[in-house]
Amino acid sequence: MKIPIKYILRNFKSRKLTTMITVSGIALVVFVFAAVLMMAYGIQSTLIATGSIDNVKIVRKAANGEISSIIDGETQNVVRSLPHIAVTTEGKQIISNEPVVIINLDKPDGAMGNITVRGVSPLSNYLRPQLKIKEGRMFKFGVRELIVGSSISKRFVGAKIGDIVKFAGDDWKLVGIFSADGSGFESEILGDALQLLGAFNRGNTVSTITLKLDDAKNFDTFKRAFDADRRLQQFEVKTERDYFEEQSELMATFIRVLGIFVTVIFSFGATIGAMITMYSAVANRTVEVGTFRALGFSRRSILAAFLTESILISLFGGLLGILLASLLSFFSISTLNFGSFSELEFSFSTSPSIIISSLVFALTMGIIGGFLPAVRAARMNIVNALRAG
Amino acid sequence: MSLIIQIENLSKSYWRDSMEIPVLHNLNLEVERGGFLSLMGPSGSGKTTLLNLIAGIDRPSSGKVIVNDSDISKMGESALAKWRAINIGFVFQFYNLIPVLTAYENVELPLILTKLSRKERKKHVETALSIVGLEDRMHHSPRQLSGGQEQRVAIARAIVADPLILVADEPTGDLDKNSADEILTLMKRLNSEFDKTIIIVTHDPHAARIAKIVHQLDKGELIIK
Ligand SMILES: Nc1ncnc2c1ncn2[C@@H]1O[C@H](COP(=O)(O)OP(=O)(O)OP(=O)(O)O)[C@@H](O)[C@H]1O
Ligand SMILES: [Mg+2]
Repeated sequence: MKIPIKYILRNFKSRKLTTMITVSGIALVVFVFAAVLMMAYGIQSTLIATGSIDNVKIVRKAANGEISSIIDGETQNVVRSLPHIAVTTEGKQIISNEPVVIINLDKPDGAMGNITVRGVSPLSNYLRPQLKIKEGRMFKFGVRELIVGSSISKRFVGAKIGDIVKFAGDDWKLVGIFSADGSGFESEILGDALQLLGAFNRGNTVSTITLKLDDAKNFDTFKRAFDADRRLQQFEVKTERDYFEEQSELMATFIRVLGIFVTVIFSFGATIGAMITMYSAVANRTVEVGTFRALGFSRRSILAAFLTESILISLFGGLLGILLASLLSFFSISTLNFGSFSELEFSFSTSPSIIISSLVFALTMGIIGGFLPAVRAARMNIVNALRAG
Repeated sequence: MSLIIQIENLSKSYWRDSMEIPVLHNLNLEVERGGFLSLMGPSGSGKTTLLNLIAGIDRPSSGKVIVNDSDISKMGESALAKWRAINIGFVFQFYNLIPVLTAYENVELPLILTKLSRKERKKHVETALSIVGLEDRMHHSPRQLSGGQEQRVAIARAIVADPLILVADEPTGDLDKNSADEILTLMKRLNSEFDKTIIIVTHDPHAARIAKIVHQLDKGELIIK
């Protein structure tokens, strides 16, 4: 481009208000766009962090979520006979047959939330080493005690140490609060699997099985043996990481699709705003365009100058929107996890790809909004442009 | 003396809706290298149109405009833009300085289209501004200058790339008498001292008198005096 960039920059200064309004319009749309992507990404990272790659999860096929999965005692025994299951130093297979139920707790504002209560076996600490007791103590096996994830304890009433939770016709005492590296487990309550089965009269029928492999590399062999066993036909096996990733996929995709749909509609508004701004810039500077052309500047230089102007506006808007959206990462919010129908706490988180898509989105608005006005400026007849003064 | 401008059978009409507005008919004109020509005539007689055709910012309906041996009526749009940058210096009635650029930056504009380095450009801009006597106003913006000063900056811009021809459409039309005299003296000096071929359109007989040749346009016809 031949026309000096300071010509463009100083024109911004000479019409500060219009420029600022246009920039804000684009910033607003980019803010919403980035926020939606950050939300989807936040949910995904939280759920993915929940699963580890050498843990294997077994659920009933077509069960949508752990609570609708049912695994009977016989199947549990068949699973024990599969190869590559890790064992403790005492020679015990690291398997946790887990009943999962959902209970309700109150939020401070009076609303109720669904919370996952998971029964675990004494060996489950091998499966989830990231679980750490922050306050209080671990529950005792054999009694009706529970420990509560830190994000539940923070956001629900009656979820502190010493509180009694009532469900299945019984009182359960909360004896500890645990953290789990910010993963989805922090939104769960854990207790003794046998106690939960007893309270809910489930016999030995659990919801899911989680077990550890002797090596993550052996998953394929394990899966082949699993799939080959006719007794396990109604069940499926996945690594825990894949399981949670798939669970997050549904929700993240829903948020993304809805969010992008809404922001794309918003973006028409911002694009038209940019277009109006640029058309008025061209109209106000008709004589200047004629002068540049008379001096020997080409049509292409004029086109480039106005397009650059519009792109710069959208770039400022995009950066501002991204800056505002990145402030969201200081907040964490909770939502219903579609995969488990229970509350999940997560934070907005950004990634380079979100920043890049937001910028591309902003620049697209600038290019589309600026293109027609720039073409009009470039195609102007010199004599008419000069006479416009 | 060689000819720098040869106009042969030039006609120009404008179209408004489907109505033809004839402006120039079969006009012939020759200007010598280093000449100083003044175009006069009543309003609407086609002076600006003729000037624009010579300067290559408008296209003839028929006929030839040969400037410095090239027929500019046959040039393509971008070739013509390059040709203007090299051959023509424009002076407008309302100066047409770019308001957001300083005097220096306005004068520098035509040089951006050349291959000159920043340092060489600086030298040229300073020379041009000193010819018009405004080297001390380099960093002023047009708004901080008087009309006469603005027009002098515009003249510096017109001569900075050292074009063959200066075209000026009523360069004193918006100035008081003193400023107008300054501008006319400057034009005369550019013609005599720097050998610029100058074509000026004016209503002011006093302004016309400094020219070596005065042509009258009336209803699109040239009356040579
Ligand atoms: N771009 C254009 N489109 C249509 N008509 C035009 C255009 N330019 C000039 N005209 C018409 O052509 C005629 C001559 O115009 P021109 O500007 O050349 O006159 P002029 O001699 O410079 O007049 P003035 O002394 O008022 O500046 C006028 O009738 C004008 O209305
Ligand atoms: Mg005129």
